[in-house]
Amino acid sequence: MEKSTVFNNRLLPYLLLLPQLVITVVFFYWPASQAIWQSFLREDAFGLVSEFVGLENYQALFAQPEYYRSMLTTVIFSTLVAALSLSIALLFATQADKNLKAAPAYKTLMIWPYAVAPAVAGVLWFFMFQPSLGMLARPLRGMGLDWNPLLNENHAMMLVVMASVWKQISYNFLFFLAGLQSIPKSVIEAGAIDGARPVRRFWTIIFPLLSPTTFFLLVVNVVYVFFDTFGIIDAVTGGGPAGATTTMVYKVYADGRLGGDLGGSAAQSVVLMVIVIALTAIQFRYVERKVQY
Amino acid sequence: MVEHRPLTDFIAYAVLTLGVFIVAFPVYLALVASTHDAATVVGGHMPAAPGSRTLENYYRAIFVGGARTSREPVANMLINSFISAIGIAVGKIFISILSAYAVVYFRFPFRKTAFWIIFITLMLPVEVRIYPTYKVVADLRMLDTYAGLILPLIASATGTLLFRQFFMTVPDELLEASRIDGAGPFRFFWDTLLPLSVTTMAALFVIQFIYGWNQYLWPLLITTQDSMQTIVIGIKKMLVTTDELAEWQLAMATAVLAMLPPVAVVIFMQRLFVRGLVQTEK
Repeated sequence: MEKSTVFNNRLLPYLLLLPQLVITVVFFYWPASQAIWQSFLREDAFGLVSEFVGLENYQALFAQPEYYRSMLTTVIFSTLVAALSLSIALLFATQADKNLKAAPAYKTLMIWPYAVAPAVAGVLWFFMFQPSLGMLARPLRGMGLDWNPLLNENHAMMLVVMASVWKQISYNFLFFLAGLQSIPKSVIEAGAIDGARPVRRFWTIIFPLLSPTTFFLLVVNVVYVFFDTFGIIDAVTGGGPAGATTTMVYKVYADGRLGGDLGGSAAQSVVLMVIVIALTAIQFRYVERKVQY
Repeated sequence: MVEHRPLTDFIAYAVLTLGVFIVAFPVYLALVASTHDAATVVGGHMPAAPGSRTLENYYRAIFVGGARTSREPVANMLINSFISAIGIAVGKIFISILSAYAVVYFRFPFRKTAFWIIFITLMLPVEVRIYPTYKVVADLRMLDTYAGLILPLIASATGTLLFRQFFMTVPDELLEASRIDGAGPFRFFWDTLLPLSVTTMAALFVIQFIYGWNQYLWPLLITTQDSMQTIVIGIKKMLVTTDELAEWQLAMATAVLAMLPPVAVVIFMQRLFVRGLVQTEK
């Protein structure tokens, strides 16, 4: 779609574009190309000399068992967070979609966690489940369960997942509710006239009509788990214990900062870029056309 | 819904109330913890009702800072958070409304190229390229400055796409009419397009304010001085001491203060928030 009437100035459009292009080139393209370039270099311990080593950083990366472990952690983490936050949000959204008088109030009460910073969400959940003083950790330990997210890998993962799901429900709820409200009532009434009970109507009419929203949210949720959960992980577990909650993005950070392996960190950045571009491509290829609000 | 039975309504109310309870519970606990003294919180027998130390805790958190952790008072962090969040929101609106205007209302060589250069940034969040970006900012001597906190985060395409989409819906007749009245590109932008864009700008502002306020990784890397810390970083740093020494009541008071501005924005500007969310994510 193009405008038929336009201005003819020659210089002005470039001036208008200038601020954004300068910022984009300086803070986006320059660093991104540096990351690619750096992934082919190895720096000495003091960062003074760097030599071109070709694909060595990538070879070293893919020879590391820890890297595959962080991939697996990322997959488990994203699957759990996406599955839980989507299904819980869908449950709440279907209930809020039932012409309730209080539905707008529930909507307001449900969406505000979106505004809580991931790192703050992490701190809140850590506070509840901190083994010695947590309000919810004490009953768990009282029941004889040796609950300790600081030492137990599964407990740490559960805690990070819970905090991430808690924060993501609001977003999914909002989009599911919008999706549900855009389904024409006549279709549902037709199903009812044919004798379909509510549960059956949900699975055979509503859920299929909701699939574009679901798919869109699935992609958004995976991207969320990849990047926005950094603050949660850093606040709750710091990637531990023993690397159990180190996702791929967290490893880029940890290897570059604490390990000082900038070449390896850059190689990981490049791998992540490829993954994100693929995800975005999927999102635009399949989602853009179908989702209607 | 088709049928309206008291039972289904009851179930709906019950499920939603449970949901609201789950959603609010962690924040309620933080609120309660911020009103008790340190011993009550650390002892693990915190009552479910608020205590009596509210004013003292918040006063200490805001103006004095932690005793054992020698942390900055939160007042300063709040100012830093406000400056960077507003800077990010305003900066993004400014650069993206101009570039969208250029892309939609002008024809010039490399127009498509410029659009794609901006568009690609959508794909790579700052988390993926943190160290190289850090190095660029360090080379530009922007560590520990507001420019360093703000500029790298506004290098993205969401705003441009949003305004482009909106400009496409503005009827062509408006431009034709302005031109007949003798208006140039500046007059048209200022008198016609900008007033029409107010809602879109406000929606983008709400989303970007929350985004900027909640930044964590980037400020963590580029602020080395305590005086430049944002509040989200500050909470985390209050808890890095061993658990027995961490002043949880102050950390929770800080957490409440850190949640207040963005949550207030979502609740009181809900329409703009929903609109911005739906449009920017599309």
